Amino acid sequence: MAALTEEQSMVRDQAKSWATEQAPIGAFRKMRDSDNAERFEPQTWQSMVEMGWTGILVPEAFGGSDLGFLTFGVVLEELGRQLTASPLLASGLVGTSAILLGGNDAQQQALLPRLVDGSEILTLAVDEGPRHEPREVALAATAKDGGYVLSGDKTFVLEGMAATSFVVAARTSGTAGDAKGITLFVVPAGSAGLARKAIATMDNRGYASVSFDAVTLGADAVLGRVDDGFELLEQVLDRGRAGLGAEMIGTSSQAFDMTLEYLKTREQFGRVIGSFQALGHRAAELFSSIELARSCAEGALQTLDAGGDADTVAQMSSLSKCRVGDCLHRMSNQLIQIHGGIGMTDEFDAGFYLKRARALEATFGNRAYHRDRYATQLGF
Amino acid sequence: MSQDQQLDGFRDSTRKWVAANLPEGLKGKVLGMEGETETSLGADLQTWRALLAGKGWGAPTWPTQFGGGGLSHPEAKVISQEIAKAGGFNPIPLLTGMGTTMVGPTVLEYGTDDQKERHLPGIASGEVRWCLGLSEPNAGSDLASLATKATDEGDAFVLNGSKIWTSGADISQWCGAVVRTDNNAKKRDGISFVMLPMAQEGVSTKPIKLISGSSPFCETFFDDARADKADLLGDLNDGWSVVKRLLQHERQSQTSGSREANTDKETLADTAKRYVGEDSEGRLADADLRVRLANHLMDAKAHSLTVGRITAEARGNVEVSAAASILKNSATDVTQTRSELLLELMGSQGLGWEGDKFSEDELEHVRQWLWGKAISIYGGSAEVQKNIISKNILGLPETTQKG
Ligand SMILES: Cc1cc2nc3c(=O)[nH]c(=O)nc-3n(C[C@H](O)[C@H](O)[C@H](O)COP(=O)(O)OP(=O)(O)OC[C@H]3O[C@@H](n4cnc5c(N)ncnc54)[C@H](O)[C@@H]3O)c2cc1C
Repeated sequence: MAALTEEQSMVRDQAKSWATEQAPIGAFRKMRDSDNAERFEPQTWQSMVEMGWTGILVPEAFGGSDLGFLTFGVVLEELGRQLTASPLLASGLVGTSAILLGGNDAQQQALLPRLVDGSEILTLAVDEGPRHEPREVALAATAKDGGYVLSGDKTFVLEGMAATSFVVAARTSGTAGDAKGITLFVVPAGSAGLARKAIATMDNRGYASVSFDAVTLGADAVLGRVDDGFELLEQVLDRGRAGLGAEMIGTSSQAFDMTLEYLKTREQFGRVIGSFQALGHRAAELFSSIELARSCAEGALQTLDAGGDADTVAQMSSLSKCRVGDCLHRMSNQLIQIHGGIGMTDEFDAGFYLKRARALEATFGNRAYHRDRYATQLGF
Repeated sequence: MSQDQQLDGFRDSTRKWVAANLPEGLKGKVLGMEGETETSLGADLQTWRALLAGKGWGAPTWPTQFGGGGLSHPEAKVISQEIAKAGGFNPIPLLTGMGTTMVGPTVLEYGTDDQKERHLPGIASGEVRWCLGLSEPNAGSDLASLATKATDEGDAFVLNGSKIWTSGADISQWCGAVVRTDNNAKKRDGISFVMLPMAQEGVSTKPIKLISGSSPFCETFFDDARADKADLLGDLNDGWSVVKRLLQHERQSQTSGSREANTDKETLADTAKRYVGEDSEGRLADADLRVRLANHLMDAKAHSLTVGRITAEARGNVEVSAAASILKNSATDVTQTRSELLLELMGSQGLGWEGDKFSEDELEHVRQWLWGKAISIYGGSAEVQKNIISKNILGLPETTQKG
């Protein structure tokens, strides 16, 4: 854990006790077995709003607390430990960052207070195919009557079923693959021509496919600059990636703690299995890799808090997403392996962590994506 | 003034001092096991050493009364950063063998006032080189099974037995050795830590040649060698606590990662491009190597971020920490992987041993690569570090000791 300020420690303690008492893994199981369409409990979201988490990044003038990214990270880490389902990352971090970075005065005034009070759930619609590749945006935004008409499809939109509006990456010029020609729009979920459909994923979260059939928007729907939205999009994504890094550290740490507990209690051959050196060494390696990955996750958040330039933020976010991703990948597999047969049962929680791990790894770019991006950033 | 401002001020004055005093002839050079020698660096080296010693910068964090600089750890870091930025190096740690990193800190903790006064100033000034006689032919990772015997002969212990892998034994003036002082006690309870001068009749050394071609370490034979009682470090038969602490200091000193020495050398990525070439989009031509290089650079970054994080968490109080085993292993991985990548990307130019078909850098890399294999063996092998992590940090059962 980074050297936290007193305030950050308080937020962490609050998040830890709330998550373990009010939104633990058992609550996730209940939700999974229910027919809840949004894939999170409204009460959970309400509590988060009340605790002020939706305002962590937002200036006080708009009702937030402006505590910064590391603070957001300590909350996400605790939620990642319990697999607490909510739109906090998708809306409180990603959607909110889009408005903070790209919104004009009118947009900020209209949206930020509502994002903080939880009445607005704003989530990013970027991917169109099975692999994350923001340059490949093809969804067309055609200029018409001083406004725009959006046509095309988005997929794997986080919390897409609960969203009240979307930040949509669309193409105003150029062709798929060009960085130039991408524009971001804020699109209310109730717009005529917009339809969404839940995607049933193994991690049981609220992903949706969203289709745009000639959705008509005014010019005031544009977020940031026309045709130059790619940089803004990347900055928003990098904040999301850094947040995911924190959540993934939480998920890895919990998986490790469960495994360590089992190593100390499960007996075979007349002794606890943790006394076998092969497993002791594996535990040592897993623990070390989490420690190293944690430094990357916290480093990315601290870079954001320090106001690092876009390139540095991009490098650190890719480092975090890739390194924490590697660590979580391995940890989630070993969680099952070291638990033996019990790890394979639905009744035990290990499977939830494994399934969630893969979804987290893939969101906003998998390990290979960020390794490639990191190498490109370093010029080779 | 805030701490940061004070440190900035210290950095400024250090930079100016280094600029004014670092001899031209030392710039871009390093005194190393495989690099330049004391003779090749000549009088410049002695001048620079004496100047640093005058400020107590051979051991910046030690008390001034024992020849140290009386400075904080952040200040010590500033000194090494500024010296490195100027293209120089601090020769004192290198000239004292195991003195500044291991013997000194342990004497500071366990030594009597008399021992501190006699031994520390010579280390801090870089004038006395120390070696460590720990390992024996039959006591490596299982150091506590050591057999070198010390008998009490009034005001001295008389030592008989042999040590192995003693780095720098043939060029050191003093040796810290673990010896058995009680044969009847359990193996960890009958060990003592003594210090003895190497220039005496009962001590002889025989260099061992390494795979990298050099002979930095020796077999050391004790044949009625004498260690004064006044040089017993810690209590009689409590040498195991002393050596455990000493090894923690060793681990701590090995956590920093690859010795990225001079600032003007090209990056690993640039070296890779120079040998391997690039595609039309500026990517390294060998896609597989590119992936592994990226992974390595990420690991190196993760390592240095972790060193920084652990220092920040300790809030400046950089005591020997439990995390040292994690850092020792990750530093080892980073250094060894870097060497392997360098060797691989140089292709057949990475296979040279000597001769003008190869550049000096290429030959140096080969030796460094070979030498680097030792890092996961000494100071507690990589496996032993994992034992330590699983037992001391994670609280898993002991897997090594019987009973
Ligand atoms: C370059 C270099 C410099 C050195 N300098 C010094 C010096 O100055 N002074 C000094 O006293 N010594 C020195 N050493 C010795 C070093 O401390 C020993 O080599 C080290 O302790 C390992 O002992 P060993 O070589 O006998 O290997 P062994 O202990 O025989 O180990 C062989 C293999 O078995 C593994 N192993 C052993 N025990 C366990 C276990 N419990 N669990 C899992 N695996 C295990 C080891 O990891 C290793 O892979 C130096 C060594 C090197 C390479």
